[in-house]
Amino acid sequence: MKILVIAEHDNQKLAPATAHALGAAKALGAAADVLVAGHGCRAVAEQAAKLEGVARVLLADSPALADLTAEALAAQALQIAKEYTHILVPATAFGKNVAPRIAALLDVAQISDIVKVIDADTFVRPIYAGNALATVRSGDPVKVITVRGTAFDAVGEGGNAPIETIEAIAESGPTKVVGREVTKSARPELTNARVIVSGGRGLGSAEKFHELLEPLADKLGAAIGASRAAVDAGYAPNDYQVGQTGKIVAPELYVAIGISGAIQHLAGMKDSKVIVAINKDPEAPIFQVADYGLVADLFQAVPELTQKL
Amino acid sequence: MKILVPVKRVVDYNVKIRVKPDGSGVDTANVKMSMNPFDEIAVEEAIRLKEAGVASEVVAVSCGVAQCQETLRAAMAMGADRGILVQTDVELQPLAVAKLLKAVVEKEQPGLVIAGKQAIDDDANQTGQMLAALLGWPQATFASKVVVTDGKLTVTREVDGGLETLELPLPAVITTDLRLNEPRFATLPNIMKAKKKPIDTLTPEALGVDVTPRLATLKVEEPPKRKAGVMVGSVDELIEKLRNEAKVI
Repeated sequence: MKILVIAEHDNQKLAPATAHALGAAKALGAAADVLVAGHGCRAVAEQAAKLEGVARVLLADSPALADLTAEALAAQALQIAKEYTHILVPATAFGKNVAPRIAALLDVAQISDIVKVIDADTFVRPIYAGNALATVRSGDPVKVITVRGTAFDAVGEGGNAPIETIEAIAESGPTKVVGREVTKSARPELTNARVIVSGGRGLGSAEKFHELLEPLADKLGAAIGASRAAVDAGYAPNDYQVGQTGKIVAPELYVAIGISGAIQHLAGMKDSKVIVAINKDPEAPIFQVADYGLVADLFQAVPELTQKL
Repeated sequence: MKILVPVKRVVDYNVKIRVKPDGSGVDTANVKMSMNPFDEIAVEEAIRLKEAGVASEVVAVSCGVAQCQETLRAAMAMGADRGILVQTDVELQPLAVAKLLKAVVEKEQPGLVIAGKQAIDDDANQTGQMLAALLGWPQATFASKVVVTDGKLTVTREVDGGLETLELPLPAVITTDLRLNEPRFATLPNIMKAKKKPIDTLTPEALGVDVTPRLATLKVEEPPKRKAGVMVGSVDELIEKLRNEAKVI
């Protein structure tokens, strides 16, 4: 078995999802090489080298990789892909963008969003918004896999892997990044937060969404999430969305406020350790998954909760 | 410019699915089937590009069983001009669908493919990217805004940290995210008109594509159920439980 993990980063910082992908490598039972492909990204390689379970960091640094486009990253990964039996990529917007290109060009199936490793060829993955779990076996020589971060513990630091520079691609392909609008927040990152305060359509407006949730999140040191309905209504930016097609989260504490609990939302948060739901509708499906439910007018209950914490 | 839109027939998003007792899969017999919601968004975007004069023809393609014709009719009732059915009873996995679509693209020569980012049954999120890779085309996944000017695409993408805007040449593959548009409802006259629009039927064999599944599904089971929780009567009781029982604050 030879494992390659493709690092997620922004040329400066290694994304925490990479350490979770290494957690899946650990479950497979082998140390992994980590590919850091980008431009001016040596600092990222140094961060990756410190993680446990890393055999080597392979650094591909080229202006052609600066934009981190799927086309360029896949081309870079293909330079070395055939040396490996498993290629693991975080199941994030980054990983989902690039991994299928690698799989297709290797003419192998991709195994998306694994939550469990059974053996080197067999994996468990959720289907139908997590309402069923499929155990699948791949007969392909290379397994291209995206890893659901909440299902595998991040590996810790303490490693000291060598960094080897590999030949980087010279042509970036025709796609150019012309703009990035990064949501600025001093709060913890949603997929890594210990506590999440999440709001739904019940909040009624963008003003109330911020006015009620932010003080509570501040008190709890929480990240803020949202249901699809709240994002569609413009209460919160797209990257707050928790659900089947948004972010998958599993914090210690998930506080769902004014969220009815559509199955698509539950798919993104039902593995949270403790779920609290505050909703005025006692029939709301969110109460079926909540550990603690409070039927109340959220406009009174949430400020009261914030004040008493 | 011709736009090709792949559409998948899936269990309707409102249906609560049931896992078969023998663990062989999910029960799809006598269950309401619909077009994958992300594919509806793709059809809508293609039609809007046609209405804006950017596209000349919208062709819907579906791969699967004979009943996928209904999905093609739904796309045509929204406004697609014609349909192509690649008919097979073999279970189709994303790589196989991408290969079939590549063969259809080579035949039809569209300038743009708009696909849903993910199907809500297998939740794979692969086909659009795989198709782009096999064609050697650029891709813009998870699109929330699409602008076509002078043979060039500008696409805003929903990514984990916020939004990213790409510029790419045509031909290309776009995959749709939720906020790209709100798909229209088909009107009755358009549903009637759609019945007269043509559907070409092809087969994987005729397209020269091997669709043998690469992944074997060994079993399908229900996820562990969460234990029923308790209702609390007040904010004070909630705080007390979180502090002393759950110990999470």
